[in-house]
Amino acid sequence: MSTSTPATLPDEVPHQDGPTGPAPGHASGHASGNGAVGGGFFDPGMLVRAVPDALRKLDPRVMVTSPVMFVVLVGSVLTTVLALREPGDWFGWAITTWLWLTTVFANLAEAVAEGRGKAQADTLRRAKTDTVARRITGAGEERVPGTELRVGDLVVCEAGDTVPGDGDVTEGVASVDESAITGESAPVIRESGGDRSAVTGGTKVLSDRIVVRITTKPGETFIDRMINLVEGAARQKTPNEIALNILLASLTIVFLLAVVTLQPFATYAGAGQSMTVLTALLVCLIPTTIGALLSAIGIAGMDRLVQRNVLAMSGRAVEAAGDVSTLLLDKTGTITLGNRQASEFVPVKGATRAELADAAQLSSLADETPEGRSIVVLAQEAYGLRERRRGELGPAEWIGFTAQTRMSGVDVGRRRVRKGAAGSVTAWVRERGGRVPEDTRALTDRISQAGGTPLLVAVEDGGGARVLGVVHLKDVVKAGMRERFEELRRMGIRTVMITGDNPLTAKAIAEEAGVDDFLAEATPEDKLALIKREQAGGKLVAMTGDGTNDAPALAQADVGVAMNTGTSAAKEAGNMVDLDSDPTKLIEIVGIGKQLLITRGALTTFSIANDVAKYFAIIPAMFAVAYPGLDKLNIMGLSSPESAILSAVVFNALIIIALVPLALRGVRYTPTSADRMLRRNLGIYGLGGLVAPFIGIKIIDLLLSTLPGIG
Amino acid sequence: MSPALSGVLQLLALAAALGLVYRPLGDHMARTYSCDRHLRVERWIYKAIGADPTGEMSWPAYLRGVLAFSAVGVLFLYLLQRVQGVLPGSLGFSSIDPDQAFNTAASFVSNTNWQSYYGEQAMGHVVQTGGLAVQNFVSAAVGMAVAVALVRGFARAHTGELGNFWSDLVRGTVRVLLPVSVIGAIVLVACGVIQNFAGIHGVGQFPGGTQQWNGGAVASQEAVKHLGTNGGGYFNANSAHPFENPTPLSNLFEVFLILLIPFALTRTFGRMVGSLRQGYAILAAMATIWVVFTLLMMWTELAHRGTAFEIAGGAMEGKETRFGISGSALFSVATTLTSTGAVNSFHSSNTGLGGGINLLGMQLGETAPGGVGSGLYGMLVMAVVAVFIAGLMVGRTPEYLGRKIGTRQITFAACYLLVTPALVLGFTAAAMALDTPGHSMTNSGAHGFSEILYAYTSGANNNGSAFAGLDADTQWFNTTIGIAMLLGRFLPMVFVLALAGSLAEQTPVPETAGTLRTHKPLFTGLLIGTILIITGLTYFPALALGPLAEGLAS
Repeated sequence: MSTSTPATLPDEVPHQDGPTGPAPGHASGHASGNGAVGGGFFDPGMLVRAVPDALRKLDPRVMVTSPVMFVVLVGSVLTTVLALREPGDWFGWAITTWLWLTTVFANLAEAVAEGRGKAQADTLRRAKTDTVARRITGAGEERVPGTELRVGDLVVCEAGDTVPGDGDVTEGVASVDESAITGESAPVIRESGGDRSAVTGGTKVLSDRIVVRITTKPGETFIDRMINLVEGAARQKTPNEIALNILLASLTIVFLLAVVTLQPFATYAGAGQSMTVLTALLVCLIPTTIGALLSAIGIAGMDRLVQRNVLAMSGRAVEAAGDVSTLLLDKTGTITLGNRQASEFVPVKGATRAELADAAQLSSLADETPEGRSIVVLAQEAYGLRERRRGELGPAEWIGFTAQTRMSGVDVGRRRVRKGAAGSVTAWVRERGGRVPEDTRALTDRISQAGGTPLLVAVEDGGGARVLGVVHLKDVVKAGMRERFEELRRMGIRTVMITGDNPLTAKAIAEEAGVDDFLAEATPEDKLALIKREQAGGKLVAMTGDGTNDAPALAQADVGVAMNTGTSAAKEAGNMVDLDSDPTKLIEIVGIGKQLLITRGALTTFSIANDVAKYFAIIPAMFAVAYPGLDKLNIMGLSSPESAILSAVVFNALIIIALVPLALRGVRYTPTSADRMLRRNLGIYGLGGLVAPFIGIKIIDLLLSTLPGIG
Repeated sequence: MSPALSGVLQLLALAAALGLVYRPLGDHMARTYSCDRHLRVERWIYKAIGADPTGEMSWPAYLRGVLAFSAVGVLFLYLLQRVQGVLPGSLGFSSIDPDQAFNTAASFVSNTNWQSYYGEQAMGHVVQTGGLAVQNFVSAAVGMAVAVALVRGFARAHTGELGNFWSDLVRGTVRVLLPVSVIGAIVLVACGVIQNFAGIHGVGQFPGGTQQWNGGAVASQEAVKHLGTNGGGYFNANSAHPFENPTPLSNLFEVFLILLIPFALTRTFGRMVGSLRQGYAILAAMATIWVVFTLLMMWTELAHRGTAFEIAGGAMEGKETRFGISGSALFSVATTLTSTGAVNSFHSSNTGLGGGINLLGMQLGETAPGGVGSGLYGMLVMAVVAVFIAGLMVGRTPEYLGRKIGTRQITFAACYLLVTPALVLGFTAAAMALDTPGHSMTNSGAHGFSEILYAYTSGANNNGSAFAGLDADTQWFNTTIGIAMLLGRFLPMVFVLALAGSLAEQTPVPETAGTLRTHKPLFTGLLIGTILIITGLTYFPALALGPLAEGLAS
């Protein structure tokens, strides 16, 4: 599990003049990785452990969902019957064995993929132990099992209680341990009203008392859905998977035709073939590689999201993520660090920079907000002003920052220093009969226009009250964002920054971050309208959101990632939930969606390209006796007809197992243009798929021919 | 001049000539199918057939038009042959048997022009000109109409409408096929092709028989036979007959006519979807396959070993000396890579591998460049399949020309792909398994099998050329090949139109850097690879037991 901090204490009230974003409020500062999607883990031992599951999946009712593998199953049964009728035929038994192995390997791939989710589901189940709810009735409280709660019930949870079901806090504030779901041990605050009112069943209240209104029926809670998801029980075939299945089914029919009609042709040529050989040919030709791995690829794709603490409520959403062409990103927390930082001290005429820095630092020592801290740090770094501790100045009266005064400062003897919002500080100076220099206005305007926030620093001492200068607070674009947007652009994805800032500020930040477009002074309605506009143009839109007012937009977006810290409404509306509540993760989600599709395409290409070599192995083996000229097609120089056919079948089975790790991990994916991606994948999986079986079949044949009786 | 050099020069001349008319003809066709005005003669026709040329049609309506028109065509042609005996102007020929009449009707309406009869010994002027020649025009126009409907599917958005079948049919005939045919016929007459309504002349006697010459409106039928990728000859010897194809120049011109519209339609496609480069990519795929197949054919026919071959300078059996090896190779590849099926040499006498090239050419679904219309829609369906696989590899739901290739689209494409292999392999297997059909073979071994495989490949792919040798005028072959031709023509059209309808409904996806670019050489290569691998894999076992077994024997 990743270790970002999903929810800190509630944000400080923004304490500066000027614009503030819609502050998603959970700036985790967690800039995760680069665009490349890493793989999951794979341990060969998992294959062994999955064997029982794989055998269970031989049930024809299960197999029939994969047309390709169903044909292999029927073929296996057929060759078994034939082998039983002629028990002395080693070749028949060898083919039969490997056909069964092919079937089992396919099931193994799926079982391994599912197995990875099972461990996680078990952990979740433990959190879902039967809870007793304290339901509020007209007369007081009653204790009922959590499973009997109805939507709309009010329940009380106190320190030590497990929340009995999903709901919204209607009363009180409490710290809650959500580690059962997020894996994050730091407690989070849940309070009534606002955007952090949602509580999840199975989480634990650590302190205080809250009243929760239940919003979900038992059995359909978030944790239930999570269990279903990670176990794959709720897995439905996604649109693209269905489409691919149709193509694979039609290829299977084509090859079925080719093989079934071959017998009359062969009989005419005086080279009638046994059913065993024909079945072997059929199984080698139909796209078993992709047929066997298709569902494992899908499950693993979902699983890669789960490993990144993202729950996709449908596989459709994961696929859609790969198609996204417009990303709506909230400025705060995603593009910029959650807080503005001091970047520059600008003295007014008559004041020195050092003087200003000193005063700014002093006045910020009592300011515990990140902005305040950043001033102290800047003074220290740029002017070598050591951070002074409160004691060393002697008796002093510290004035902390409050949302009302919007200033902080310190009074040391007769010297008073203040720093804060321009309006507040100006008023403070004027109150004391001080003067505000002419150029102050010009300085603050310049900073505002550049997208920054000006803070004034003033002092009152023997010389009276006066403004010393301005601190330039800047939105700091996270490191590496420009490169990531560049990368996204190369992938054809347009990024739109959403911010509550005024257009001027928004433009400055958009330019600095390198996003393609921005939506300033954005209201939820604006967001929704933007999404609809993009979609009308045929684009797929992804966004993140957490507030109730984000819900319509989240629902409208093709990929709507709700933050786990968000409201239930937001979580209901989105089709993914990020347990880490890290908005930057949207970029990774897009990568995972693409990787899923690429893996499917790559293995399909590989599977089809494989057939060429198999023909060159099997056709001469079947017909070189009748038409000696066809032996020229035996370009691999395989030792005997039996060995050739068996080698092809063995290769066909082994390649499935060999590719299981790739199916689970996904094809390596680095964000780049479609052209380069196609060139690379065609080279590896197309040409590789043509060449690899020639080598593989030859090696297997060499090994087989050393066995007595073959070759 | 060595035969190889002459072959390459002819190929170059042909490519140059096709290049010259590519733009004007492609643009003319795009205008034809996009313009709002009706010519006076067209209005007369609409009035006569009672069709409304203005209403837009959804795909089922368009399909109903195609099927109804073609059904009437089959019925009319069948009856015409059945009553030939009592019609005037029939040169005394009797009525045609029911099974052969059905076969011929199916053959000409499906743009196949498989002929199980001897033209000069069975069909009089009325049937030839009033029945067969008419279908040479309209069956071609139907193919073009369906192709244009598919192109509109790619070009349009938010509508299920694909245009008007009657207007497409009439315009294709009146504004494209007729005028070019007239020019073509004049050129052919200039080359020495006959054009008259003369009867049969006894021109002499030789020991054991008499020689007769038939007159006829040969040049006019010859022009549209090639232009409409029909292939049904006036004479049984088809374009090997000196009255149909007298000189090397007329030979080259006929190949030019065969390839003219199928190649130019890629320009029409590019124009109509608003990106000429997309048309060029399709053209490049078609042209590459055509050039490679032609060169391979010339090579295998020239390089064939054996004393007799070396004396003759190559595999001259069954080829006309006036065309030589390269002229025959050029013709036979063009005719099998399109749905023409005219022949100027006997494909059966090609080398084993040469016959295989003819077979494979048809089995590619006749897409390089394919029949008029059918080549383009066949290639576009293959492009949809190629895009589907490749599109996944760039990490997006596959899309082609901004249209998403989802479940419905791939279903229609997959069904399209299934039709001809099912017909070819199914009927060939039935013929091989049953006793009677085998009596029609005139060869044994691999070559005998090739005869039957060729017959169904030619029929189901609407080619119409024959691997001479097979006696196809039997009840079995007349009936089964007739069915193969009809299903091979009209079932794919059902899926093409359904695909077109589903595409036209979509909201186009804007192109971004993440979009698979389908106008690049990489995609063209991928498209060629997809076609070769998918058809190659389908037919490899059958080809191995026929032409490969024969060709690799020496």
